[in-house]
Amino acid sequence: MSRRRISRRDLLKHSLLGTTALLVPAAVARADGSGIPWLPGQADTPPAYPRQRFFTHAERKCVDAITARLIPSDDNGPGAREAGVTDFIDSQLAGFYGRGDRWYMKGPFREGLDTQGYQSEKPPAELYRAALKSLDAYCQDTAGSSFAELPEAEQDELLGRLEAGELALDDVPAQTFFSLVRENAIEGFFSDPIYGGNRNMIGWRLVGFPGARYDYRDYLDHDGRPISIEPVGLQGRPAWKPD
Amino acid sequence: MSRKLPPVDVVLVGFGWTGAIMAQELTDEGLNVLALERGAWRDTATDFPPTVAPDELRWYWRREMFQDNARDTLTFRNDRSQTALPMRRWGSFLPGEGVGGSGVHWNGQTWRFLPSDFLAESHNIQRYGQLPEGLTVQDYGVTYDELERHYDRFEKLCGIGGKAGNLNGELQAGGNPFEGRRSSEYPNPPMHMTFSQKQFAKAAQELGLNPFPGPSANMSQAYVNPLGCQLAPCSYCGFCEKFGCGNYSKATSLTTILPVLMKKANFSLKTHNEVLNITLDKSGRRATGVRHVDSQGIEYEQPAELVIVCAYALWSTRLLMLSGIGEIYNPATGEGLVGKNYCYQVMSGADVFYEDKYTNEFVGAGALGMAVDEYNGDNFDHSGLGFIGGGYIANWTTNARPIETHRTPEGTPSWGSDWKKAVADNFLTSTGVGAHGASMAHANNYLDLDPTYTDAYGRPLMRMTYDFTANDLAMSAYLTDRVREIAERMGGREIKVKPRQGPYDSMPYQTTHNTGGTIMGTNPTNSVVNRYLQSWDVPNVFVMGAGVFPQNAGYNPTGTVAALAYWSAEAIRNRYLRSPGPLVQA
Repeated sequence: MSRRRISRRDLLKHSLLGTTALLVPAAVARADGSGIPWLPGQADTPPAYPRQRFFTHAERKCVDAITARLIPSDDNGPGAREAGVTDFIDSQLAGFYGRGDRWYMKGPFREGLDTQGYQSEKPPAELYRAALKSLDAYCQDTAGSSFAELPEAEQDELLGRLEAGELALDDVPAQTFFSLVRENAIEGFFSDPIYGGNRNMIGWRLVGFPGARYDYRDYLDHDGRPISIEPVGLQGRPAWKPD
Repeated sequence: MSRKLPPVDVVLVGFGWTGAIMAQELTDEGLNVLALERGAWRDTATDFPPTVAPDELRWYWRREMFQDNARDTLTFRNDRSQTALPMRRWGSFLPGEGVGGSGVHWNGQTWRFLPSDFLAESHNIQRYGQLPEGLTVQDYGVTYDELERHYDRFEKLCGIGGKAGNLNGELQAGGNPFEGRRSSEYPNPPMHMTFSQKQFAKAAQELGLNPFPGPSANMSQAYVNPLGCQLAPCSYCGFCEKFGCGNYSKATSLTTILPVLMKKANFSLKTHNEVLNITLDKSGRRATGVRHVDSQGIEYEQPAELVIVCAYALWSTRLLMLSGIGEIYNPATGEGLVGKNYCYQVMSGADVFYEDKYTNEFVGAGALGMAVDEYNGDNFDHSGLGFIGGGYIANWTTNARPIETHRTPEGTPSWGSDWKKAVADNFLTSTGVGAHGASMAHANNYLDLDPTYTDAYGRPLMRMTYDFTANDLAMSAYLTDRVREIAERMGGREIKVKPRQGPYDSMPYQTTHNTGGTIMGTNPTNSVVNRYLQSWDVPNVFVMGAGVFPQNAGYNPTGTVAALAYWSAEAIRNRYLRSPGPLVQA
């Protein structure tokens, strides 16, 4: 090794170490200087279609009705209901997301400013549960039926009031609930089909997103012309699968 | 209580870009270097191969690519009259966790700051008389010319694609005419521009501006870097920022340094080990090492001759506070320096909607773009404008990931059939122009320790007190007008201007460019670290990262973060090791 290293050693007066000692006991180190801890066949793959469920029957109907108004089936093609958005939200709420496992959920909890984001003491699943209960109770009180059974025009009106903060829910900030269910509906409509939504790639087909293709070098010179290719998900595309 | 471990020469706190650079440099010097990383080991083949990487829900919306908020976050408020509350999930910025740090999920837009950016106080006072009120802007204490070689080195390490605008003082057609003198051309050619960039460049030229390719850490062609690491051509998949690259096409420490570093006998890495604090001797003027804890909750005392803090800017700042190094900034008195001059980035823009042209922005890459620099830094006369600073304006085609990026014209409702139709009609036929505005330091914007909320180890959370300043908003309004002029000429059917207005909202994603808190400067009365990123108070502690920026320039920070790390490493190698002690006499 270099002359400099020797002079450096003389000057770092507290250094007691040999130069080649392996410093870390193997049992402690998750990785050490002996090479790259890469394991073949250990790719960290996403879960297969998650089947766990959270909603009760009534909750499920209510979420299905809400998301079907947020992203309706219409002249432009199928919407959230056909894309399985309710299945998506249901399984998400049953998992780590619904429990808020990766959110900071320590108290004290206080009502926040608009610039401070989500401040409910309820993680997403509990927030849904409380909001849906309160929404259905309000509909029963005022219209004598659950939200899901109301005419679409009345559902739209109620959703507009939730969004604007003009309809209060018990135990839950209404706008927090509205923005969360809107966010989750968009996630379920446009995320990879492995998560249970975007069924038959309905969301991707609506907008023309080709999915997880990962290589578009052949299309770099599209120069403003449309590119017409079938979408592909993380597990391929439906046409590739045998019946 | 703690188990005492055998001493090492150097301990690195955090193992992202700066940790890897420091480890590579100091192991070359023969030192025994240990890196402590609180997150997991990550590599391309295991964690984000092409069959796993393009998963918008998992990596971004479920935040799997980022630091786990359940264990640690920060609290936020706009001003001191408010009560800071925890960011319960990431929003406006996305600090990384794990080997490679936030540098795994970056876009790869790799800029150099302007020469005048390093002299923000003296240059602006000289030209305009005085700084706008309340600004605590100051000089870096290092100049562009001193950093040039180090920028050059990082660009070659990464295989940055671009076009020089100033080679050794000679202006080059097609490059950025405002950039500082470069000693060499970029190591790779620019990215392959698509429709949107061509429209932007044409509009900019019509306005008399000088468009040039954005400097890119996405590979425009296959590349072997000076360490022998191989990078593959970018496939323009549109999953850069917020994602890992499955193709070895984005320069990260994983792809450019670790294949070499991890094989060195004098380098060690411990993952899932969080540093709790830096330990000091009785004098408080010398670090004895660090105290850290593993995933089993076992605490260790790790003696070291040199402690180099390589965490994300926010956490490096907090670590100094928790270690009792320096005095925490107090805005009421103006005293204290740790946590001072927290800055961000002031982003604004406009969407452009085409009638019969397809932008197809799913054909994209993190640093696929064309930019103009006429309105950055002090490239234009600010006389009478009432603000300092600026930003580059660019059209980047980074992605068309549909959960995140679905542009809709002015007047579109936020849900329902009309929303759905607007999303469908404009998804493939729109693009954006953005202004990447600087953020000038202000006495009221700072970091300190939260009095209420704690992390998984019971340590106080970092508390951020931040709002856009009058200078920021005036600058952003000016830049947004310039954006509008360009966007209007890009041939679209209509545009939607998206100004940045206050108050700063901590939730909508803006950018992961948090700076300041451990600022560098010319003397111990105005800075936490000296021009070599060495602590004034404890000379065997060095602090890397954007925390050392006294204020943030109108560019993405990674290029400057890396150049400063190389600059610091050189000073450690050539001077500190020969004579350990302060590199600048106070």
